[in-house]
Amino acid sequence: MSLGQEAIAAAFGVAMRPDDWTFCTYRGHAHTLARGASMEGVLGELMGRQCGLLGGKGGSMHLTDVKKGAMGSYAIIGAHLPVAAGAAWSAQYRGTEQVAVCFFGDGTTNIGAFHEALNFSAVWKLPVIYVCENNLYMEYTPISAVTAVEHPAADRASAYGLPSIVVDGNDADAVYKVASDALAKARAGGGPSLIEAMTYRHSGHSRADPGKYRPEGELEKWLLRDPVVTYRERLLKNGFNEPTLKDMEAVAMSKVDAATATAKASPLPSVDDIEKNVWADGGAAWRN
Amino acid sequence: MAELTYRDAVAAGIAQEMARDDRVVFLGEDVAAAGGVFKATVGLLEKFGPRRVRDCPISEQAILGAAMGAAMTGLRPIAEIMFSDFLAVCWDIVANEIAKSRYMTNGQISLPLVIRTANGAGSRFGAQHSQAVENWAMMIPGIKVVAPAFPADVKGLLAAAVRDPDPVLFFEQKSLYSMKGEVPDGEYVDELGKAKVLRVGKDCTIVALASMVHKALDAAIILEKEHGILATVIDVRSLVPLDTQTILSEVAKTGRLFTVEENPRLCGWGAEIVSIVAEECFWHLDAPIMRITTPHVPLPSADLLEDNTIPSVARIVREIREKLD
Repeated sequence: MSLGQEAIAAAFGVAMRPDDWTFCTYRGHAHTLARGASMEGVLGELMGRQCGLLGGKGGSMHLTDVKKGAMGSYAIIGAHLPVAAGAAWSAQYRGTEQVAVCFFGDGTTNIGAFHEALNFSAVWKLPVIYVCENNLYMEYTPISAVTAVEHPAADRASAYGLPSIVVDGNDADAVYKVASDALAKARAGGGPSLIEAMTYRHSGHSRADPGKYRPEGELEKWLLRDPVVTYRERLLKNGFNEPTLKDMEAVAMSKVDAATATAKASPLPSVDDIEKNVWADGGAAWRN
Repeated sequence: MAELTYRDAVAAGIAQEMARDDRVVFLGEDVAAAGGVFKATVGLLEKFGPRRVRDCPISEQAILGAAMGAAMTGLRPIAEIMFSDFLAVCWDIVANEIAKSRYMTNGQISLPLVIRTANGAGSRFGAQHSQAVENWAMMIPGIKVVAPAFPADVKGLLAAAVRDPDPVLFFEQKSLYSMKGEVPDGEYVDELGKAKVLRVGKDCTIVALASMVHKALDAAIILEKEHGILATVIDVRSLVPLDTQTILSEVAKTGRLFTVEENPRLCGWGAEIVSIVAEECFWHLDAPIMRITTPHVPLPSADLLEDNTIPSVARIVREIREKLD
């Protein structure tokens, strides 16, 4: 899941406009929620229920809410980078100010589609922002062990004529600033941006991974920089009223509880859905 | 009616749809300024301008990925993959992304796009530039697959593909680009999922696709003139959706089925069709079904070798005669 990486999704979510597009990876839960997808929709999809965003057809790795501009979570590394470029091309073609924002991990920077998408976007000067969430690990392997440069995204930017941008991904305000600048640049016709946000995931790569490949003390060090906890501290230090904050947190938690209950109560999908929605006509027929 | 070459019918079909709908855009390698390496898209840049007709870097994943992103956000892109063999370079985008996004999102994502590509052998380009790979596409749920044999079908089926709300892979036969044929004037739109019976004969039914249709027709003429064998020839045209009913009703009339397939032997498009016939038309068959295919080898380059690898008219005649005598 996205535990420990929330600041990036949250900051971009606030900076983006409703008609901008998000493209993210299979670790897309925070991003999809940050665009306004319903919690029962997300939880329901994880539980394979009818109320799930995808009716149980896609699963946890493919969360999508087109009405909210969440244009898919992609499970093949790198595939969605050129797709995001295509959405940006559509905005450029139709003359709108929409921007495509594409989130991916450090490991993605070494796959072919990354290179193709960045070059393509730079040449066509597309309104797309590529955000590398560098959580230091490519699945079970340290990214430093498999990458020729120190910053897997930022150190490649010059290959596409783009400036190198590194930001503390656990500082929501810092991410918001970088995001706002990149969005403004794209809307003004200034072309793509490549941003590397440094962060850390608290859990393993997947449910199956206990994360035992991490050196001793590393997780503890990053837990001290938990983006949610540190932002709370910053709010209070800047004079935010603590009782108000506690109320907001209580409301949020009760909403989560309510959404969880709704999702649990939602029925399982019908097996009739198996042969639905292959085609635009809602069916799956390949012959007469 | 006008006489057009197969390649000119490609440009005519694209132009017809681009003139009709501003959302239709076209991208690929060398397609705009150069008019395409096969000169199949000459004149489009001049007619529609650089905003709508775009040259891309050699980046097949980016080309198809961009087509997908544009299609899901309001455009109707036509993307070219120069040689169908190169689909292997971007097969993830075709098979894992484009084919599956509507299903995985339970209908949220729409992808009204066309991927057109130059397919097949006969042009002496060697094993990596001569494959017929429409069977690869047929196997993936979620994409429609078309392979026209005639210039009229090129224009009409390309128009139908552009107007189709689903993703379509459009396989042009590169060895047919110079072929001439009658093409209807004005706006012409054909229909996906409809096979055509080109010739009727009582002794056997030959089912063929793309360049093999012409070989089958030539073979049918020789079979009739020199051996008194009368063959029905069906042009499948559309693998997905498949016009099973036309094939089944024609096979039932003759009781004998031959397919002529350019794909290498294993899992060519005909394998599925003969399987359907064996299951649903068994009691009408008078003899075992026969598939006439390229052997299961990569394609050799030398003229003599290539000509004797893909099914030739002589081989089709011989194999049908041997079974019917």
